[in-house]
Amino acid sequence: MASCTICLPALMMLVLDLNTVESVWPLPQKLAISEERYPLSPTHFNFYYGEDQASIMTDCSLLDSAFTRYFPLIFPDLTSGNGVLPSTEEKAFSLVVTMNQKDCDGYPNEGSSERYQLNVSAGQAVLNSDTVWGALRGLETFSQLVQQDEDGTYFINKTEIEDFPSFQYRGILLDTSRHFLPLKAILNTLDAMAYSKFNVFHWHIVDDPSFPYQSRTFPDLSSKGAYHPMSHIYTQSDVRRVLTHARLRGIRVIPEFDSPGHTQSWGKGQPNLLTPCYKGSSPSGKFGPINPASALSYTFMSQFLKEVTSVFPDPYLHLGGDEVNFSCWQSNPDVRAFMQKMGFGRDYTKLESFYMENIVNITSNLNKTSIVWQDVFDYHERIPKDTILHIWKGLPAQYKAEMSRMTKAGHRVLLGAPWYINHIAYGQDWRISYNVQPLNFPGTEEQKKLVIGGEVSMWGEYVDATNLSPRLWPRACAAAERLWSDESQTRSAEAAFPRLQAFRCSLLRRGVRAEPLSPGHCRDEYRGI
Amino acid sequence: MLAGLNFATLLLSVAVCQGSRYKDIDSETVSVDQGSTYGSLWPLPQQVSLSEVSFKLSSSSFRVVDAEGSSAGPSCNILQNAYRRYYEYVFGNPRKNGHFKRKAATSELSELQVSITSGDSDCDGYPGATSDESYELTVDQPYAILKAPKVWGALRGLETFSQLVYEDEYGAKSINSSKIVDFPRFQHRGILLDTSRHFLPIKVILANLEAMSMNKFNVFHWHIVDDPSFPYLSRTFPQLSQMGAYQPYTHVYTPGDVKMIIEFARLRGIRVVPEFDTPGHTQSWGKGQKDLLTPCYSGPTPSGTFGPVNPILNTTYDFMNLLFKEISEVFPDAYVHLGGDEVDFNCWKSNPNIQKWMDEHGLGKDYAKLESFYIQKLLGIVAATKKGSMIWQEVFDNGVKLPADAVVNVWMGSGLQEEMFNVTAAGFTTILSAPWYLDYISYGQDWQRYYKVEPLDFKGSDSQNKLVIGGEACLWGEFVDSTNLTPRLWPRASAVGERLWSAKDVTDVNDAYSRLSKHRCRMVERGIPAEPLFTSFCRHEYKGN
Repeated sequence: MASCTICLPALMMLVLDLNTVESVWPLPQKLAISEERYPLSPTHFNFYYGEDQASIMTDCSLLDSAFTRYFPLIFPDLTSGNGVLPSTEEKAFSLVVTMNQKDCDGYPNEGSSERYQLNVSAGQAVLNSDTVWGALRGLETFSQLVQQDEDGTYFINKTEIEDFPSFQYRGILLDTSRHFLPLKAILNTLDAMAYSKFNVFHWHIVDDPSFPYQSRTFPDLSSKGAYHPMSHIYTQSDVRRVLTHARLRGIRVIPEFDSPGHTQSWGKGQPNLLTPCYKGSSPSGKFGPINPASALSYTFMSQFLKEVTSVFPDPYLHLGGDEVNFSCWQSNPDVRAFMQKMGFGRDYTKLESFYMENIVNITSNLNKTSIVWQDVFDYHERIPKDTILHIWKGLPAQYKAEMSRMTKAGHRVLLGAPWYINHIAYGQDWRISYNVQPLNFPGTEEQKKLVIGGEVSMWGEYVDATNLSPRLWPRACAAAERLWSDESQTRSAEAAFPRLQAFRCSLLRRGVRAEPLSPGHCRDEYRGI
Repeated sequence: MLAGLNFATLLLSVAVCQGSRYKDIDSETVSVDQGSTYGSLWPLPQQVSLSEVSFKLSSSSFRVVDAEGSSAGPSCNILQNAYRRYYEYVFGNPRKNGHFKRKAATSELSELQVSITSGDSDCDGYPGATSDESYELTVDQPYAILKAPKVWGALRGLETFSQLVYEDEYGAKSINSSKIVDFPRFQHRGILLDTSRHFLPIKVILANLEAMSMNKFNVFHWHIVDDPSFPYLSRTFPQLSQMGAYQPYTHVYTPGDVKMIIEFARLRGIRVVPEFDTPGHTQSWGKGQKDLLTPCYSGPTPSGTFGPVNPILNTTYDFMNLLFKEISEVFPDAYVHLGGDEVDFNCWKSNPNIQKWMDEHGLGKDYAKLESFYIQKLLGIVAATKKGSMIWQEVFDNGVKLPADAVVNVWMGSGLQEEMFNVTAAGFTTILSAPWYLDYISYGQDWQRYYKVEPLDFKGSDSQNKLVIGGEACLWGEFVDSTNLTPRLWPRASAVGERLWSAKDVTDVNDAYSRLSKHRCRMVERGIPAEPLFTSFCRHEYKGN
C-alpha cells in the first residue's frame, strides 16, 4: 500500500456560502471549503491506509467493505448505466485513511468515538480518526463532497473538516409489530441512516399486534404470535443479517422487548404469561399486561432476556414499560391478593414499578444497561441510576420539564418526544423537527451532559414497506442534523433548506425513496413506483 | 384549483407532533375488521347476490373466452389484453404444476364467457363521456357469463370477476356462485395527477392507470403543465419544453410517451383529459414562448418578471390557436381542460398597455372582465377544434358565457353547496373535486372522510342532481413525486372510487373498512404499493423498498 503525508501547507481558505454549494448533510462541526477544485477520475482513484498502518490494517475487513460500498457512491454514473465519463485530466487521486485504534472487528457502542478529520488537497485527501467508526463517518462526508460538473466530470473542492457528533446517541425507531417490515426495508433504512450519520437502530420488534421475533428458547412466541408463522417472522439469521449490515455502517442495534404492557401477542405462544382479566368473579377470556404477581413471569422473562442479550451484542437493551393499563390487574383477584401481600394498597403504579424493578435487575445481571420509556420514571423515581430514560410524551414545555426532573435525579436521558414523525401533516413539517433544541431546558451543565441524544420514531400503525421510506426520508434528516451538528451553526431551517434538497437528491441517486420537500426536480428521479 | 397555498413558507396549521400525547392511537377507537358479507369487492357493485356454493378454478384449464354471439371477436385488442391481464391477476405468476394430471372436479369452473351484446362493441374506439360501463356477471356451472353492451362494461366486469376469486386454505383458487348486476352511479370518476410541480416518470403514470382500473376509475385528468415546468413536448412549439421543462430530455413527455399513456389508458377504459391551464399558472410557458406572458411593471418600467398570459395581443391567440389545434389532435378525448383558475391581477394592473387597452374596450378597472374576455376567446378556439371544454369554477363564477356542453370543475371548499347549486341551476354539468384534495395529508384514517362525502348534498332539484356527472380525486404535486405518489394515492383514492361508483346508500364505514383492507392487499399483491389503512398485515407484503 502506498504512503501518504499528513502535513498540509497552511493555505488561505475561502469559505463559500454554504447555501450556494451542494454540501454535506449533516453539517460538519468545522468546515472550510475553498474554491480550488480538483478533478477526480474513477479509473485513477484509490483508497489507501496510512503508511504506518499498512501492515496492521490490511485485514480491516470493515473498512475494506466500506471502500467497496463507497466507490460507486462517489462515482454514481458507474452504476447508473450512464457509462464512465472519460476524464480529461487523468490525474491520480487517493483517499488515505489513518486510525489511531486498530479494532475493526467489534461492534460500535456508547463509547465509540466518531470523530474524524478530513483534509482534501491536490491529488489527495487525508482522513484521520480515532476509530473505524470515525473513519466511516469521514468516508460518508468525503462521498458527499464529490460532485459532478455539467460535463459529468467528477471533482472535489479543497476542503478542511474537523467533525464529531454533538450527541453520541442518534437513533431511529422502526416498529415491526404493527406491520411486518420485510428484511429489505430494514436494510434499506440502515443504508439511509448511515448516509445521515444516524448510529442507533432502535428495533421495536414486538408489540400487541404481532410477535415476529423467532426465539430459540420459546419458538411458540412467533409461531403463534406472528401475523404468519412462516412469512412474517425474523429468523435468527435474519437478525444476524441486520446486526451485520448495521455494524458495517457503524450502527448499533438496540432491540426493544416492551413489557409488561404492549404484550398481547406474547400471550398467544406463552400461556400463563399475561394476566387473565376478570368480569365479576370469573375470567372474561381476555388478557391484560404480563402477570406481575406470578413468579412464572419472572422465570420466563429471565430466560427470554438471557437469550435476547446473547443474540443482540449491544450493551443497551430497551425494556419498554410504557402505557400499562391497570384495569385488568384490578379485575384479577390473584393480583389483588398479591397487592395486599406486598402492601401496595390500591396503588397499581407500585405494582408496575415492582415489575419493572425486577426486569431491570434481570437486565443488569445480564450486564446490560436498561432503557425504559419515561412512564417508569414518572411512577417510580427509585430506579437504578444507570437506567436510561426515554422521553416520548408531551409538548415542548412538558418534555423540557421532564428532562429537568430526570437529569436532576441523575439519569441519562434520550429525547424522543419531538420526533414522532409517524405523525404526518401537509407541508414542510421537517422544519418543526429541525427547530428542536434538545438542551434548551432548565438545568446545570452537569444535567445537560446527561442528555445522551435523541431518537426519531416511526410507529407502524399506518406504515409498512409500501410507504416507510418516503415517510422517513428526508424528514428524519432534520433530526439527524440536529443531533450531529453544532446547534449554533444550524439554527435556521431556511438556510438548511437548499442543502437538504441537494441531500435528498443524493439519497434518490443512492436508491433511497426519499420524498420531495417542495416543487422541483432531481437529475436522477426515483425510477420505481 | 390550488387553494392558494404558498408551499415554500407553508408550515402546517396543525401541530400534530407536539399535540400528540399518546405513543399509539388507541386501537379500540378505530374500526376493526369484522368481515364483510361482500368479501373483498371494491367498489361495491349495485346488485350482488352471493351463494355459499363454491367452485374451483384451475390455472391449467381455466379460460376467459369470447362468448358465442359476442359482437367482439379475437381481433378485439381491448378484450384479449384484458383476458390475459386478469388471468394473471387471478392466478399470479404461473407456477409449474409438475406432471400431475387431475380430472376436472365436478365443482370446477372452467370458463368465463364474455359477451358484448351491443352491435358495436366499441373495441377500436376510445372511452368517452357517455360510454356504457354496465355489465352483468353470472358465476355458475358450467360457465361464468359476463354480459356487457360495450367493451367498457366488460372491463369493469372482469375486474369484479377477479375480485370474487379467493384462495381456500390449500391455496386453491375458488369462486362462489354469484350474480351481479352493475353500473356506475356517476359517469365521471377521475384522478388528477400533476406532472408540472414534479415530473412523474412514465412508469409511475402507467402503474397508477393500472390501479385506477382496479378501482373502476375512468378519467385520468392530466394536469400536465403549470408554473414550475412544462414537460409536454409540443411538435408545434418544441421550445416550450426545451426551455420550460425541468430538463429538456429527461423530464419531458415526448409524443411517443403521450401516445403510450393514452393507449394504455384506453385498454383499461380510461379517458385521458389533458389540462393546459391558462391564463394563470403559466410561468413555465413564458420561458419558451416570447411575448406570451404579460410583462409586469414596477412603476413606469418593466420589472423583468412576468404575469399571466397577455390577453391583449393578437399573437397570444394565434399561438393558442396552433397549440390547441395540436392538442386536439394528440389527445383523442372529446374534452380538454382549460384551467382558468387563480389568476393574479396584480401584473395586469401594473402594465400600462393593458390599462390602456381596457380603457379603450370599456372594461374600466374590472380585471375579472379582462380574464373573461380571454377565456371567452379561448373557448371559441377550442370549440373550433371540435372539443368540449372543462374549466375550473372561477370561470363560471366570473360570468363567462360558457358553451352549453362546458363542464364546470368545482374545487373550492368554502361555499361548496351554494356553488354546486348555482352551477347546476345555470344548467351546466359539474364535476366535484373540492372534498377530495388528497395531497392534503393528515395522521390517521382520512379515507373515511373522503368516503363519507355525498356528492349530491346540496339542495338541488332532480334535474340539477343529474347535472353532477361525477368527481375527481386530486393529487397536486407540491410534495409528491414518484417516491411517494402511489402509496399516498392508494387506497385513499379508493374511497372516492366507491363513492362515485356504488349506490348512494353504500355508506357503512365498518363494512367498507373490511373490504378495503382486503382490496388494498390485493393491490399490493398486484404490485401497487398501496399503503395500509391501519395495523394489519397482507399475506404477500410489498416487496419493493
